[in-house]
This record gives sequence, structure tokens and C-alpha cells, in this order.
Amino acid sequence: MHNKTIRIWAWIHKWSSLVCTAFMLLLCITGLPLIFHHEIGHLLGTEVEAPPMPADTPRISLDQVLKIARAQHPDRVVQFVSQPEDSQDLWFVTMTPTPAPTDDFRSVAVDARTGEVLAQPRFDEGFMWVMFKLHVDLFAGLAGKLFLGLMGLLLLVAVVSGVVLYAPFMRKLDFGTVRRDRRPRLKWLDLHNLLGIVTLVWLFVVGATGMINTWADLMIKYWQYDKLSVLLAPYQGQATVPVAERASVQRSLDVALRTEPGMQLSFVAFPGTAFSSPHHTTFFLRGDQPLTSRLLQPVLVDARTAEVTASPRLPWYLTGLLVSQPLHFGDYGGMPMKILWALLDIASIIVLGSGLYLWLRKGRTGGQHKAETPKAPQPAEGIA
Amino acid sequence: MKKSSHRSGMAIWGWPSLVGLLSGVGLVSGLFSDGGVGDVLAGVCLAVPVAVGAWFGWIRRGAAADSR
Repeated sequence: MHNKTIRIWAWIHKWSSLVCTAFMLLLCITGLPLIFHHEIGHLLGTEVEAPPMPADTPRISLDQVLKIARAQHPDRVVQFVSQPEDSQDLWFVTMTPTPAPTDDFRSVAVDARTGEVLAQPRFDEGFMWVMFKLHVDLFAGLAGKLFLGLMGLLLLVAVVSGVVLYAPFMRKLDFGTVRRDRRPRLKWLDLHNLLGIVTLVWLFVVGATGMINTWADLMIKYWQYDKLSVLLAPYQGQATVPVAERASVQRSLDVALRTEPGMQLSFVAFPGTAFSSPHHTTFFLRGDQPLTSRLLQPVLVDARTAEVTASPRLPWYLTGLLVSQPLHFGDYGGMPMKILWALLDIASIIVLGSGLYLWLRKGRTGGQHKAETPKAPQPAEGIA
Repeated sequence: MKKSSHRSGMAIWGWPSLVGLLSGVGLVSGLFSDGGVGDVLAGVCLAVPVAVGAWFGWIRRGAAADSR
């Protein structure tokens, strides 16, 4: 590779990393506890579980569940209802002041058999909530998400340019060489290159899927505008269906499940909320295979009549989003995978930290700046 | 440490390609499995980048120091 080409890539690597490093460190550090959010929830006792009962214990109707939840918060409306992935004995009812998206929500956990209010877990406070918000949107909503997505894009540029620079740096070194007997800068350069190249594929995939996730809100909005607006044309001009005029939600659920045999409920979005229309209760169903359990099939049920309006297939970009999510979360291979995810995350923190250190040291030794760029790619002696 | 000879493309990219390929296999195989073979394969494959990083980064040096 020509020296000029190397210098251009070095420039790209330096600036793409410098701009995103602080945010990537934040994302790696806040992401670490999020990998284990289930386990941490268990330890803190914030995870709600339904008490064991015989499997054939009859379940109360979903309308009953909603009534019980509304009695807890008469001043709020139901936005979503969901069941945990591993249990049908529990309902989580999410309640907010209005159907509009908000961080001001209350969650009521209702036993699906007895109707007992098991807990009102607060997902919007505490350590994990702060970690979650810092990781997802920096407490800045959609703007924060998109900003972090842009930082993710810079990370991908830094990863690619780092790979391009790897060869000139390694031309005179065996794989995995870490020169510890010289200046610390050389040791950290070697560790940066080593850990950078071994975590390459993982970091690229986690970075790319994270970036795609930041576009989720926009994708859903686009889909609603692009496809759902046609389905909703007959309802144009009608206000959100008032609670008193809505058909039985249990009956709507049964209808939805009959429309898509072999699928299970993931969550219900109520009329007027971001995942539904003003005129529909939308049931998001999922498959029962490892991969299809990640894919959602929406069934729009008319909120007044409990008749199915449509069950549109998800467009490719939303399917892509849903498939990309496990690749970001690392939650699809049990505890061994979570531990590996954490170790790779820590390795990435070391790559980011050492990269920053290398730049800072270079700044301090000012006069050596030119000699330290890989223009003369002889890492054994030339760069030092 | 050899200093004179330039490494061939194979020498430079052999290990990184292998580690990268196994990482990719690990990331994908777990998606199609729920507690089965795919998850084991994912665990083994994703352990490779961690193990290689730890070995060359820290363990090998410790082992070398001990044997001296």
C-alpha cells in the first residue's frame, strides 16, 4: 500500500474514532449491566414471577385483567399489555396519562389465573433504568437515539479503517506480538491491534445492529405512513375509539389468534398508541421457533366490532430490524453467550481506551508526531 | 522476533480471518437454535476471539515469565 493511501486511512481512523470514542465507551460500559438485566432483576427482586399453580388452572379473561389494572390507576389509560416470553401466567399492563408515547408509565403485573395484582414494578427508575436510558437515547428521546446511531456509524468507519491499517502495522510482526520490553506506548499499540482484530467481527455486528436499532422509531413511522395508511383509509376522520365503545379485548385476542394459527401473543397495542391505529386494537403475534419467535405478525382488530381488519406482513426493513436485535443484545444463547458478550464488550472497552491513550500520548510527544504515523510501516523500530 | 523479513498476506491475515470466520459462525448459529447444538456451537465459536485475545495479550506472557 502506498504511503499516501496509508496516511489517508490513518486520518480516517483517527478522526472517526476520536469523535465517537467517548460515546462508545459510554455505550460499552452501560451495555455491560444491560447484558445481565434479567439476572440483575432477579437479584434485586424486581423481576415479577407468577406463583406456581397446576398448569390447567383456569385463566381469567383479558377484559377482567384490564379492569383490575384500571382500578389501580383510574386516571390513566392502557397503552400496552404483554406476557413474559416464558410464562402465560402473568400479564403486564402498561398505563400512561394519554395514548401518546411517554416515559411516564406505570406497570401493573396481574396474575392471569387469580387476577391478583402481583406487583407494580417501576421500570422507570433506579440503576438499570439510568443505564438503559444512557445506552438507548441519552435521555434525549428520538434525537438522542439518532445521535447515538450516527456515533455507531462512525464506529463502523473506525473499525473498517482499523482493519485496513492492520496489515501495514503487522508487516514485520508475528500475529499476537505484544512488545512489552520497550515503551508502554508500543505495548498498548500492539494490544490495540491484537484486541481490535480479534473482536473485529463481533464489534462490527454489534455496532451495526445497534445503529439499525436507533432507526426503529422511524422505520415504524414510515411503515405506518407507507402501508397502514391505506388500510386505515376507511376510518379517516374518526376519533380514537373511546374505552366505553370498545369490544371485548379477550374476544379480539381470540379472533386474532385464530387468524394466525400456530402463533402466540407477544403484546397488545391499544387504540391511539404508537404501535396501533386510533381505531384498532393491534395484536402482535410471534412464532414458536427460535428465529420466528423474534418475528412479529401484527393483527389489526377493529376496536369497536372485534373483527379483523388486516394482518399485514411486516416489510423487509422491520423484519431485518427484529432479526438484528438479538445480534445486538446477545440474549439468544443462554448464560455462556452472555458471559462471552460481556468479555467481548470488555475487550472493546480496552480497544477504545488504548486507542484514546495512543492518541493522547502522541499529542504529548508532539515532535515525534510524524514519525509515529504508519507512513513508514516498520512497527518494530520505525514507529517508536 | 524476526525483524528483517516482510510477512506475506497469508501470515498477516491467517489468524484474523480464522477468528473472524468463527465469530461469524458463532453469531449466526445461535439464532437458529434454542438451547440446542446451535447454542453450543455459538458458545465455542465466540469463545475463540476471547481466548485468542487473552492468550496473546496476557496469558502467554505470564507463562513465559513463569518458565524463565
